[in-house]
Amino acid sequence: MERCSDCKLINSVRLENHMKRAFRSISAIALAAAVFGGAAEAQTIKIGVNEPLTGAFAASGTYVVNGAKIAADEINAKGGILGKKLELVIEDNKSNPTEAAAVAEKLITSDKVPVLMGAWGSSLTLAVMPKLMEYETPMVVETSSSGKITTTGNPYIFRISPPSAIEAAAFKGIVDKLELKKVDFLVINNDWGRGTAEDFSKMMKEKGITVGSVETMDQGAQDMSAQLSKLKGTDSETIIVTTAVDQLTLIFKQAAALGLKKRIITTGGSQNPDQIIAQAGAAANGTMHLTTFLPWFPDKTPNPEATNYFIAEWKKRGFDFAGCTESFRGYDGIRTAAAAIEKAGKAEPAAIKAALWDINIKGLNGDIVFRKAGPEGKESGQSQPNVYLIEITDGKIGMKTL
Amino acid sequence: MSEFLQHLINMLVLGGTYALLGIGLTLIFGIMNVVNFTHGVLYTFGAYVMFIVVHQLGVNFFVALPLAVVAGWLLGAAIELTLLRPLRGSDIDTTMLVMIGAWIAMQSGTLWIWGGVAKSVSTPFPEAPLVLGPVSVSWLRLFVLAAAALLIVVTYFLINRSKLGCAMRATFQDQDTASLMGVNVDLIYTSTFAIGSSLAAAAGALLGPVYVIFPQMGDLAAVKAFAIVILGGLGNITGAVIGGFILALAEELGAGYVSSGYRDAMGFLIIIAVLIFKPTGLFARSERVG
Repeated sequence: MERCSDCKLINSVRLENHMKRAFRSISAIALAAAVFGGAAEAQTIKIGVNEPLTGAFAASGTYVVNGAKIAADEINAKGGILGKKLELVIEDNKSNPTEAAAVAEKLITSDKVPVLMGAWGSSLTLAVMPKLMEYETPMVVETSSSGKITTTGNPYIFRISPPSAIEAAAFKGIVDKLELKKVDFLVINNDWGRGTAEDFSKMMKEKGITVGSVETMDQGAQDMSAQLSKLKGTDSETIIVTTAVDQLTLIFKQAAALGLKKRIITTGGSQNPDQIIAQAGAAANGTMHLTTFLPWFPDKTPNPEATNYFIAEWKKRGFDFAGCTESFRGYDGIRTAAAAIEKAGKAEPAAIKAALWDINIKGLNGDIVFRKAGPEGKESGQSQPNVYLIEITDGKIGMKTL
Repeated sequence: MSEFLQHLINMLVLGGTYALLGIGLTLIFGIMNVVNFTHGVLYTFGAYVMFIVVHQLGVNFFVALPLAVVAGWLLGAAIELTLLRPLRGSDIDTTMLVMIGAWIAMQSGTLWIWGGVAKSVSTPFPEAPLVLGPVSVSWLRLFVLAAAALLIVVTYFLINRSKLGCAMRATFQDQDTASLMGVNVDLIYTSTFAIGSSLAAAAGALLGPVYVIFPQMGDLAAVKAFAIVILGGLGNITGAVIGGFILALAEELGAGYVSSGYRDAMGFLIIIAVLIFKPTGLFARSERVG
């Protein structure tokens, strides 16, 4: 009994000492943070960048970040925004939705960024969205195409990439020319792929085209022979495929190995056609791709001057040309966020959110002007980017008019 | 019917590679009792060695394959000597944590050196497939199946018939007795891990050219290897081979006739079923307990 109370006493004294020490160090850290953090805040304006730099989408996320850096450097070379340097705070969401939400929280609460850009994949962006509501911070969505992102009533979302419904609408004009009768789908098993299958099926049915089977594949899957064997046996003449470049390469190679001779059309704008040609070789011939940027034909883009500047800068930095179709999104995304900060006149989330509705900048893929999308009273912003159809013939990229 | 035949052909070529992944891990996880999280990274490593040797050094494809196997052997030996040897005798959790750390470090290293953009390795095989009536299969995959079969047979005889294999089995059954019988226990530890690693690298070297090469390619492969080893029974080479084919069959038929969305879940479903109904694996020999 006695010993026990002694123990308690000793323990409580120890605890007190511990706490004192802890308090002292915490206050020192807080002081340092206030001094240094405050100083940093005064010098730069931050934009948080939430992209997959490792994991399944590492290559694409890295391209987007490199595009974003070109935009930041260009802005800073012209004197920055509001007289301050623009600083990108770049964090890796590891291609994982849980991480994407954690990264958003870290960027907002610890780095105090007033606006974000992210998060490449639809599932990643959807995971971030509740955090934007919680901290009332806007985010420019540069790549994701699931319809859900702008239709669930999140007023902090401003998307510059086309949702699959816009892609489907753009594609609607050409389905007669392609003489589609019956199509199957092979899509990545996440919000992006399933959303695309849904939106395209709806459009196809309106056009009287029969939709056959809808097959899915996991995000990291490498062998799609089973799915392709099944699709080989159906009576449809076209397969709509939605996934990123690596799986597309594998699908074309495996389809060729299986002797599958149907027309393949891909969607989503993350195809990096040059990489497909380099890696899938002859298997890529005859495939068609719905894409959102035309780096091969800068003069046919809505903003040739900016496109030429961007491509020249991209090459100057020694990046792979194949990455252009992804990286332009990062470039446009940062310019969008920066324009809103400039317009707001201050780097505060609420002011930037309001200003995003008023910007009108020339993006590499059309004017970026946000229109209201989603339920009334809590609309998300959605711009109307262009969509193009390209075809690979003999290892060359050709444009099909939509 | 032709679709079913195509699924069976796919199962054969896929099963061969799964079997190869499985036997490498069954040596390390089953016989050595090390939960080897670096198996997937060694698979990735084998694939990158192929890429470097074929594309950057310009060496012939068929010469590059054995080089990748040797490189995997050396990396495996290095991991055993630097990470596992100091940990011998410590509990399974510690070893597992260290192996998880090694996995993350090596995977990030791959990303750091080669970046996230996928690479592909060109092969001397024709792009046009071999067409047999209603089914077709690529020449490269037939070659991979043959090479995998050869490696499996060699490993089987090495473990079950050779003196080294006998010493291995003895060492991991009872280290002290084996040591008293004149077995160099240290050497056996290193060579078992190195052989298992070289098999993982061989699988990566063979499959890298079939698929594309990127830093995370080993993750799913490792998950499947664990499924195969548990299915076939720990340490059982024949079990791992049959397990590989069963997993491939389940995936092919599951994707073809049930739902492609659950294709990669098949491996986990099999693990769960095996753990419930036959926890020692389908082909485990009866073992003395205690």
